[in-house]
Amino acid sequence: MVNEAIQAIRKRLLDVMDPELPFLNVMEMGMVREIYTDGEGIVIQITPTYSGCPATDVIADDVLEAAQSIHEQSRIEIIRSPAWTTDWITEEAKKKMERNGIAPPSGQSADKAYLLGKERVIPCPRCKSAETLLVSAFGSTACKAHYQCKHCMEPFDHFKCI
Amino acid sequence: MTKDEHFEWLLWLADDALILAQRLSEWCGHAPVLEEDIALSNIALDLIGQSRAFYAHAGQLEGLGRDEDQLAFFRTDRDFRNLLLVEQPNGDFGDTIARQFFFDQFALLRFTHLAQQSFDTEVAAIATKALKEVRYHAAHSAEWMIRLGDGTEESHQRIQESVNRLWEYTGECFEPNSFQTAAEKANVLPHAESAHKEWLATITSILSQATLSVPNGTWMQKGGRQGGHSEHLSYILAEMQVLPRTYPDAQW
Repeated sequence: MVNEAIQAIRKRLLDVMDPELPFLNVMEMGMVREIYTDGEGIVIQITPTYSGCPATDVIADDVLEAAQSIHEQSRIEIIRSPAWTTDWITEEAKKKMERNGIAPPSGQSADKAYLLGKERVIPCPRCKSAETLLVSAFGSTACKAHYQCKHCMEPFDHFKCI
Repeated sequence: MTKDEHFEWLLWLADDALILAQRLSEWCGHAPVLEEDIALSNIALDLIGQSRAFYAHAGQLEGLGRDEDQLAFFRTDRDFRNLLLVEQPNGDFGDTIARQFFFDQFALLRFTHLAQQSFDTEVAAIATKALKEVRYHAAHSAEWMIRLGDGTEESHQRIQESVNRLWEYTGECFEPNSFQTAAEKANVLPHAESAHKEWLATITSILSQATLSVPNGTWMQKGGRQGGHSEHLSYILAEMQVLPRTYPDAQW
């Protein structure tokens, strides 16, 4: 019975979207960790993406509401360790980002090339040119950097590797 | 170390982040270029997030039912434990960048160490997360130091003045005190003296790339960790706290 509820919650969470990336759900983002029962109810573990991401509170509320619509005795547990990493974003979600004009994080976590002062190649999500320019490491949201394509001249967001 | 000392130390971490975030937020809508406006606001947002996590943890440890909002909005200037460095006025863009540069390099060292200790695992988790963010902040402020220092005659002169002006606030980052001593013994914090040396080596290397000189002053301001602040903090708090103090039950 509880296991069925957990399965149903898992399925329902596929409809809970990230408010800043409305074409991606919280499961694809890798924000939902374990879903388990502790006797008192169902616990959904959420890992925040950035410390100050204003979407985290909204996401936690949305996840709770979705879970409680299936199982009244549900609650959220915020898990900080291990820290969220862009490595947890699914491959399918990365493709969706690209289709929506956002260059997805590439390779494994910590954007070492940038941090070591080297600019890594982020292909333009629109024309696929590798001739792009980092305008600013800080973009429209905490998770994105601002780039411009030198080929098609289009500005675009890049989801930073963390 | 005692529970009181532990609580105070969590306030250092939280207050440093919150007060610097509040200062950086003042740039929102006023930065020299749009990209910088967004960058400084983003950095402020990361710092607010870090402070929230530290306050929530401090409140739980204290066990008196104070949550993150209570700790941020209902303490007076004497109760704040932040470094004097982070409450210094924004000044011109160079002053803001120099302040950030000094702090980011300190935060990098501090969080690297805190991510590895096991005295307080919640702090380790927050530090691990924060470290990923602070690396971006540190790259940003260091790049600006180099750009301004190795830029025009005017930018070079002005950023050197900012460095000289803020220098006396950097010693406090590594000031010894009873918790620091206890924490060193427990291997929770790096030895203040060696951390200061490490910090100085990085600062020297980046300033030299920026064609700037390291000030040779050794007299340092202190008092922030004991609640003895410059007049600036009271104004920051007045602005930051006015709404929740006027409407303590406000919800939004």
